[in-house]
Amino acid sequence: MIAEAEVRQQLELVYRQESRRILATLIRLLGDFDLAEEALHEAFFIAVERWQRDGIPASPRAWLVSTGRFKAIDGLRRRARFDVSQARLAQALESLEAPDLCEDDVEDDRLRLIFTCCHPALAADAQVPLTLREVCDLTTEEIARAFLTRPGAIAQRIVRAKVKIREARIPYQVPSLAELPERLESVLRVIYLVFNEGYSATSGASLTRSDLSEEAIRLGRLLLELLPDPEVMGLLALMLLQASRNRARTSADGELVLLDEQDRALWDRALISEGCALVEQALRSRNFGPYSLQAAIAAVHAEAATAADTDWEQIIGLYDVLLRAQPSAVVELNRAVALARRDGPQAGLALVDAILARGELLDYHLAHCAKAEFCRQLGQTQQARSAFETALGMTQVTPERRFIERRLSQL
Amino acid sequence: MKYLCLVYCDEGLLHNDPDSPADDECLAYAESVHASGRMLAAEALKPTQTATTVRMRNGHMSITDGPFAETKEQLAGFYLIDARDLNEALQIAGKIPAARVGSVEVRPVRELRHAQTGEPSNEPSTDHRGAGRA
Repeated sequence: MIAEAEVRQQLELVYRQESRRILATLIRLLGDFDLAEEALHEAFFIAVERWQRDGIPASPRAWLVSTGRFKAIDGLRRRARFDVSQARLAQALESLEAPDLCEDDVEDDRLRLIFTCCHPALAADAQVPLTLREVCDLTTEEIARAFLTRPGAIAQRIVRAKVKIREARIPYQVPSLAELPERLESVLRVIYLVFNEGYSATSGASLTRSDLSEEAIRLGRLLLELLPDPEVMGLLALMLLQASRNRARTSADGELVLLDEQDRALWDRALISEGCALVEQALRSRNFGPYSLQAAIAAVHAEAATAADTDWEQIIGLYDVLLRAQPSAVVELNRAVALARRDGPQAGLALVDAILARGELLDYHLAHCAKAEFCRQLGQTQQARSAFETALGMTQVTPERRFIERRLSQL
Repeated sequence: MKYLCLVYCDEGLLHNDPDSPADDECLAYAESVHASGRMLAAEALKPTQTATTVRMRNGHMSITDGPFAETKEQLAGFYLIDARDLNEALQIAGKIPAARVGSVEVRPVRELRHAQTGEPSNEPSTDHRGAGRA
């Protein structure tokens, strides 16, 4: 006999380290998300008693997987008395070979889980909560708090996504090589959305939101471990380099601090060197994409000792490549800001005006902020004021509003 | 699992866009899906101006001219396929030539069940396991 307290402590540890792996494998073995979650909890529940009596198994993970699978099939068989289809299902599941748990299979299961949760056939607003719930084990309450919405709304999106996975038969597999680029794009987008949701939250009251950035970095690390693709490296590098500036991005009183004005001594050197190494590795592969290029731009900033030392020539060159890889008005705007640093505000203003004249970014506050800043530098106070005021009407985020108001009062 | 791929397209564009497929190309693609063993049926439809909508209400049949709903894109044809899972269905649907000028809605087919036995009306044809319950 082992003391209950000791078993519970051991189980807590196993849950923290292994529950997502066990869940990912059970989904494959049972072919259903809900069935697998139920089985996972049953297995841990049974373990409390059984491990006290029989001792802690040599491989807790394998024990929990096979116990969960057995209980799920057993449960289906009991329900079969009322529903014929459940009997067929139990039979079909049992006829499959008993799970062989080699390390490769288990790691593949985790990758299958990520690709399934981020399947582009699922609603865009369901992919993020489903991934956070199933892959990261956040509760619906935690997800709701982070996204400033009601737990019921999050739960509903997750339920709908699971119904679609089941009813439309979205397969539990890593996509084939032919589908991979497209499907990976969807996974990377979900991870970066999670990161940005946390990163753009700058007020002290939203601590739980900045946890999302850490969760996204953890996801990025996991994905890189499972699938060492250059763009996965690029995305992880981008997130690390952005996170390296966390302590410098806001002042003690919660005000937004621009890159130029940040105290670079506050930047996290460890994150920067890890990020830069990943960027170099991604760029060397010659098979890189937009995330690696954005990370490379962040790396050039990170390597400049002072704002004045920034290599704008290199940054503009990287933006040119990025624009070819992924044409977008936002990228054009960022390039205009970099170009203004090299060629002066008049050049930057011409580019921003051209974007706005095409009818693009008209409702993007940062486009109007950039225009206002260029006008201010050119001494066109009236135009600067009107552009800042336009920008102010477009953002609800408090630190951003305060930043624009401060700029207005300084005109 | 069976999927119905509904091909929608702006009728005005379907045969006039520079990217519009000719009948020969559509026939060749249908033939290739057939050869892969995935095809159950496929047809192209005449324009919606030839459509008639029928409703039965209280035993009385009403007949009106035109399609069920006026939409920007109209139903122009369909493929009924038998695919392993949604991924395979999407691959087949994406290569339907008319997808270049219109869009293809991929819908899983619901098996009707006999009330007494709970058995499906006909055996599912190919049953490969995915994350969806078999």
